[in-house]
Formats: sequence, structure tokens, C-alpha cells
Amino acid sequence: MQVYRHRLITRIWHWINAIAVFVMVPSGLMIFNAHPRLYWGQYGANFDHAWLVLPRWPGWLTLPSTYDLAGARRWHLFFALVLAFSLLVYMAWSLANRHFQRDLRIRRAELTAAHIGADLKAHWNMRFHDPANPHAYNLFQKASYAGVVFGLLPLLIFTGLALSPGMWPWLVDIFGGRQSARSLHFIAMALLSLFLLAHLTLVILAGPLGEVRSMITGWWKVPEDDA
Amino acid sequence: MITRRGLIVTGGASLLAGCDSWTGSKLLLGAEDAHRFLQRSITGRAALAHEFRPDQRSPRFRTNGTANPNTPEYNALASNNFADWRLQVGGLVQRPLSLSLAQLRSLPQRAQITRHDCVEGWSAIGKWQGPQLEYVLRLAGLRDGARYIVFHCADVFGQRKIPYYESIDLIDAFHPQTILAWSMNDKPLGVGHGAPLRLRVERQLGYKHAKYLMRIEAVASLDGIGRGKGGFWEDIAGYEWYAGI
Repeated sequence: MQVYRHRLITRIWHWINAIAVFVMVPSGLMIFNAHPRLYWGQYGANFDHAWLVLPRWPGWLTLPSTYDLAGARRWHLFFALVLAFSLLVYMAWSLANRHFQRDLRIRRAELTAAHIGADLKAHWNMRFHDPANPHAYNLFQKASYAGVVFGLLPLLIFTGLALSPGMWPWLVDIFGGRQSARSLHFIAMALLSLFLLAHLTLVILAGPLGEVRSMITGWWKVPEDDA
Repeated sequence: MITRRGLIVTGGASLLAGCDSWTGSKLLLGAEDAHRFLQRSITGRAALAHEFRPDQRSPRFRTNGTANPNTPEYNALASNNFADWRLQVGGLVQRPLSLSLAQLRSLPQRAQITRHDCVEGWSAIGKWQGPQLEYVLRLAGLRDGARYIVFHCADVFGQRKIPYYESIDLIDAFHPQTILAWSMNDKPLGVGHGAPLRLRVERQLGYKHAKYLMRIEAVASLDGIGRGKGGFWEDIAGYEWYAGI
């Protein structure tokens, strides 16, 4: 049995966003390498207390692969526009076509202990969808997708904007200062990377060919044993 | 034999190398203009950078770039407290100026406690004081066709001993917080921070805030300045000329 799972706008955005994230994280790590210390508050430099000091990220994780702050900024600033404006278009479109309301909204019935327990048990048994309703997302999918789309990505965009000295000063104040914004930018990146690891792991566990095909063509083949 | 693992490793490495080689592409360079356009569209031309209370200043403001120009010319000027130093104001101006430190101190002053954001990522807050660049430019009188203000400095870089230079456009040159600072935290500017005079252009990153100022030049185009990108780091390393991002 095949179900039409992902609409065209969702698929287009997914791949544009995937490319953007795969440029933003490595180029951001290279920018971080220029000053691998994080602070809270308005200011923060070498003589100030850092809450996190890390070694420099290795070249296979950074873009460019050898130290190049100017080059990393170029990649980061270009794909920042791609990331932000594609998210904006996707959000507007998905509100209009009711993708968000229909597919990502968590219903009250899903939040009962029994339902959460059943979903957890299903995950443990490597069953990631409801056989009776195969194109619906499960609770954890909804929570993590909504968390990324409405939480982490906007937080990354706005904390990133706050780092620009030419942007609105009030944006910096929302985050408690430029160095706090920089720390939050880094934390949000770390959480997004964790999501990415979990996401890719689950794609592999759920059957990578079928999952990738569904994100390209829209059509998803429901695994045989449940169909 | 081609193993899957080998394929992934070489594929990954060539992907990385491929990305590295696109770093200088025209497409990526276009982002600077897009950001400048967007930023200036949504913020006011004269919108002020955040100003802080005295108690919000960094306890210790680190230096960056040149800590001491240490050239014979600079050392000679520093040895008598910059009494013989003059700021030359020239280029496309009606009245070229040669201003002493005492003259700059006698002009109307602006003091501001602002945040200095380095391109590397750190920030420090300090108090700066000096005449507004706008006031000095009006004294000199810009001629028609002047589009950029170029700052020539006393500190030299590299084996070819290139003096530092930077430039801004007239929007930032005439911004109320763009000042020629001779004072930092209520004391004359120290050598590490650009004595006797540095530029403060508060809505841009630290490398735009040229230290050890010697000469200000109004120009119609940046083509004849350095390699044409308008600043030392812009020409040498490819940093953005518009550093509000």
C-alpha cells in the first residue's frame, strides 16, 4: 500500500533546509573557532569569565576545512538568507494549506499517559507509524518537528541576527546581551545537531530507501508487515 | 578495490574540498550586498547603536590587531605625547585640514559607552569620546562626487609593511555615533587602543574602527584604494566591506 505523505512544498523546503543546515553548522563551527569561548551577558572577551571553553573543531567538521574566518562568514551569511527565507515561505504556505494544523498539531488525546506509553512502546519495537492511519505522524515526530520548525530554527535565526552590530539593538536585549545571544545561538545549534542525529538514525531504522523516496516523490510505501 | 567505506571517505573529502573551492564564488560574495540592503531597509539610517551605563563597561578591554605600531615615525610622534601629530583631512574636500590633538579636543564632543564587537566573536564595552566625524567633514566641506571616507593609519602590516586603511560610506560617516575618539574610559587613548586617535563606527564590526589615524581622505570610488575593496582586511583576507553583519 502506498500513501501520499509529503506535499511538494514540504519536500522542496525539506531539501533546501537540509542543504542550508549542512552549510550553516560547519561554517558556524569555523566561525566559533575564531574565539572558542562562550559568555553570558552584554560583553565577553578573553579577560572575562567564560561558561564554556572548547578546543577548536577539527577540519572535517568545519567549512572551509582549514582556518578561514572570512570564508566561513561568507558561507554562513549567504546560507543564512536561504535558511531564513525558505523557512518563512514554508511556514506561510503550510499555514495556508493547513499542513501545520492537520499534521503537526498535537491532539489532547495524544497527551494521555496511556497514549504516550503506547507510542514509546511502539518506538521501542521499531514501529514508527500507526497501521490504522499510516500517514499520520506519531507524537514524538510531531513534537520534534514542531520544536525544530517553530522553536530551534527561529531561535537560531533571531539569535544570529542579534549578533550583527547593525541590527536592531532591542533584538539583542531580548536575549540578554550580545554574548548571551551568541551562547544561545550555539546551544540551539547543538540541539539542532542532536535532532539531526536522531532524525537520520530513525530514517535508517525505519528503512532509508522508502523514507528518502517519500521525501523526494511524496509517496511512501507502508511497510508490508503492517499493511 | 572500491569499498563503500573508501567511497564515503573520498566522496566526503572531495565534497569538502569542492566546498572549499567555492568559498570565493561571486554568488556567495553577493550575500554582503543583500544583507546591507535588507539591514538598511529595516533599520533607520541614523538609528543608534545601544549605549550603556558606566557600570556596564568591561572591567578590562582587550586590545586587538596592532598593539603598538612601533615604527620610527610613530615612536617619534609618541615620544612627545603626539604634540607634533596632525590629522590630515583631504581628498575631495573644499578646505583641506591639518588638525592637532588640541584642536580636535576643542571641537564639540560626543561621549558614548558602546559595545565593540570583534569579527572573531568577542565583545567589550567601553566609553569613547571625541568630535563627530560629521563635524570635521563639514569643516572641510565635501566636494560633489565624494562617496566614501577613507582612513589611513600609522600601523603597518606584513613584510611589505602596508599601512592599515579602512573606509565607510557617507551614511555611516554622517551617523551621529561615528566619532574620532581621542579618549577611552575618560583617559587619553592608550597605544594599544590606537593613540592618539581612532575611528568609532558603532554599527559595524571592530576591524572598521581604524586605529592610529593619520589621514582622512574623501574619495569618489574605492577603486584606487589598496586592491579596491576598501580596507586592509577586505583586500587581504576577504572580510566584508559592510561589517554591520
